[in-house]
Amino acid sequence: MAAGAGRLMFEGFMVNAWEVSGIVAVVAGVVGFFTVLRGSVFAAHAIPNGSFAGAAGAGLVGVSTIFGLGVAAFVGALGIGLLGRRGRHDAVTALMLVMMLATGALFVSLGNQYEPAVYALLFGEVLGVSDNQLWPTLVLGLVCVAAIAALYRPLMLSSALPEVGEARGIGAFRIELAFLGVLALATAMTVPVVGTLLIFSLMIGAPAAARSLTDRPGVAMALSVVLALVVVWSAIAASYETDWPVGFFVGTGSAAVFVAARLWQAGRERFARRRRPRGRQPEGLGSVA
Amino acid sequence: MSLGFFVFAPGFWDNEAVHVALAVGTAVAIVAGVVGVFTVMRGQSFAGESLGDIGTTGGSAAALVGAGPLAGFVAVDVLAAAAMELVGVQRVRGRDLATGIVLGAAIGLAAFFLYLDSTQGSGNGSTVTILFGSIFAISSATIPAVVGLAALAVTMIVVLYRPLLLATVSPEMAAARGIPVRLVGALYLLALALATALAAITIGTILSTALLIGPAAAALRLTRRPLRAMLGATAIGIGAVWLGILLAYDSYHWPPHEHGWPVSFFVVALVFLGYLASGLVEWRRERGA
Amino acid sequence: MNEAVLSVEGLGVRIAGRQVLDGIDFAIAPGQFTGLIGSNGAGKTTLFRAILGLQPATDGRILVDGRPRTRRTDSIGYVPQKFLLDPDLPLRGRDLVGLGLDARKLGFAVNRRRKRELVEEMLAAVGAEAFADTRVGRLSGGEQQRILIAHALISGPRLLLADEPLANLDLRSAQEVVALLARVCRERGVAVLISAHEINALLPVMDRIVYLAHGRAAGGTSEEVIRPDVLSRLYGHHVDVIDVHGRVLIVAGAGDDEDLHGCEETVEHALPGEVAP
Repeated sequence: MAAGAGRLMFEGFMVNAWEVSGIVAVVAGVVGFFTVLRGSVFAAHAIPNGSFAGAAGAGLVGVSTIFGLGVAAFVGALGIGLLGRRGRHDAVTALMLVMMLATGALFVSLGNQYEPAVYALLFGEVLGVSDNQLWPTLVLGLVCVAAIAALYRPLMLSSALPEVGEARGIGAFRIELAFLGVLALATAMTVPVVGTLLIFSLMIGAPAAARSLTDRPGVAMALSVVLALVVVWSAIAASYETDWPVGFFVGTGSAAVFVAARLWQAGRERFARRRRPRGRQPEGLGSVA
Repeated sequence: MSLGFFVFAPGFWDNEAVHVALAVGTAVAIVAGVVGVFTVMRGQSFAGESLGDIGTTGGSAAALVGAGPLAGFVAVDVLAAAAMELVGVQRVRGRDLATGIVLGAAIGLAAFFLYLDSTQGSGNGSTVTILFGSIFAISSATIPAVVGLAALAVTMIVVLYRPLLLATVSPEMAAARGIPVRLVGALYLLALALATALAAITIGTILSTALLIGPAAAALRLTRRPLRAMLGATAIGIGAVWLGILLAYDSYHWPPHEHGWPVSFFVVALVFLGYLASGLVEWRRERGA
Repeated sequence: MNEAVLSVEGLGVRIAGRQVLDGIDFAIAPGQFTGLIGSNGAGKTTLFRAILGLQPATDGRILVDGRPRTRRTDSIGYVPQKFLLDPDLPLRGRDLVGLGLDARKLGFAVNRRRKRELVEEMLAAVGAEAFADTRVGRLSGGEQQRILIAHALISGPRLLLADEPLANLDLRSAQEVVALLARVCRERGVAVLISAHEINALLPVMDRIVYLAHGRAAGGTSEEVIRPDVLSRLYGHHVDVIDVHGRVLIVAGAGDDEDLHGCEETVEHALPGEVAP
């Protein structure tokens, strides 16, 4: 049975699942890296969840789900960015989020949408990805990665030292808006695949684990992508074998990776402290990635 | 025909479901107002939002074993609050991340329970009910439990009021005065878990933050004094819940015909409007000053 | 006047109806080490923000290298007053210094040898080689200052602004940072404008002083300003200037505002930080 399952796992609709989830994991790893660095965890939770309204509304008026998701994600990102300029940032994010969710609830109720459709939006249906979802996902994924690559250095400085960035002409507010925009784009492409609630797990679990494992920014970003891929692909394999929802494995897997990385870091630090009291030797001529 | 006929659709005052909804809604609005002011002041909106979402896990697990949703919400939220305390929500830095990791794992579990609900046939419509609430479906037998838990949460805040306030404003000063800051924070988190669970049965798990954060954030813009803010938040919350129930009852006669709009939508929308209005008041006052 | 690296002419800044700065005039010549002294709330940070172009001026103008300043400039390096570096940030000291060179450029950094050499040279100049490979968030306050100074200087600015760089340092680290700034900037011909409410640490290296009080500024050489009458007027509190073993120390007397000139009370405490023996 195991052999048969192993063969089928890489055939038919499963091929789409592997490919699309791979793209999603790369985007989550790259965008999530800065999400965690900038402490935008709450926004990364709110924007995908809020975009639920767009998807439900799209179902009501009969336009494509991904279009509705995209519009709602950008509206949410803009709202969080603008309202957060003055006032309490986290309270604004929370209010924006529940307002959009409530609108989604209204659309679901008015449209008499089926429960499985709601479930799929919230928790994803990566095993049901169709051929014509592949290309849009790939294109949007490339745009996301390219945007982060382009903004890499200004984003890095602005995340580490916002005042210094400002002084050098990197406006913190503009950077924040640009980043939220990328987050919205990543949301629009990933939600149909892994669902609003789980893209969040992927976006913070793997990157938070990665930054515990290395001091180098470039390496941390690469690790973040690798860990996200490991989590997603093993979740799909486990889901295929057990028939349990992918989201279950993604959510718990992300948390497990994070906890493991933290334990490893704690152990390494304890070990390093015993070996050398302070100040480690250079690890060779560093790359400034 | 009197004006009353237009405002209150026939049968509003005689309907038992409405009575229960008004009673539960009032109790919940009081708790949410009292607890919410501290949530906003302590910058723990994300924790409140996450506890709400995590309630989904409890609701779906309760549906699986045939228990009432309130028991599930309370049990899981209290457990999650303890988990957050253990991973380190008491430190400001990395707090959102700790919250997010717990949230991600819990949502994964929720996906699993909801999946089991649907495959075992016991959960007809439970996903939507748990997530978005259905205040008209609460049985009058639940009222004692709701009132009891609400009284417990409010009592905790009243007893802890002064140490909690000092620990919120300046943890260092509180510690210097011999206040066990971490214990106070943990007890507060417990009260937050109770408030969130109560809000969840009113307007659903993923919308529960609205009642917790919205009225409190609006009231804190209108007054700087915490006690007045609590009263204000309670008033705004009760207003939003009552008006929301009324509008939802009336909406049965709105298009699309014979299909009521969800209560949760109205409550959240009213809370959101209240927050925006408070911003307007604050803005005018600042300009005038 | 055209020679000045920075000239501030009749600068006025009004924030929310309050005149924070009013008629500020001063200029800094190339390579000069200027201390910006004033009590808390005198407008030091606002003046820095105006020079950096982050705070629009209501009156007057600011010239950098004889030209009106633009936002995107590499001719000013900046070390902010308060900064908080996350210890979980996967960013080493050398990475942050490297960002000083090219943070505005888009795209990933190509690991060019020229850049690597510049970073090494800058790290050596501030004496930060030993901890260049540790996460910046894990470094001590003094170590972080060194990295930030390297970050600010690597792009080859003609003027360095340092906002209260000594505020959170112990006396020894403060002296080290001041000595470092003076040395590195003299070597590279960079003018320095450093703000402090603590004047003693700067006394050995300062060429000129600009002092701010109640939104107005006055300037001069150290000899012109470090005098009891001038300083007492600046702080609104009696101040003595005393000479200890060849070092000049500024010490607050116990006088009230009223009897600025009749001070014979004993010296009670150093102004405003303590002075080490």
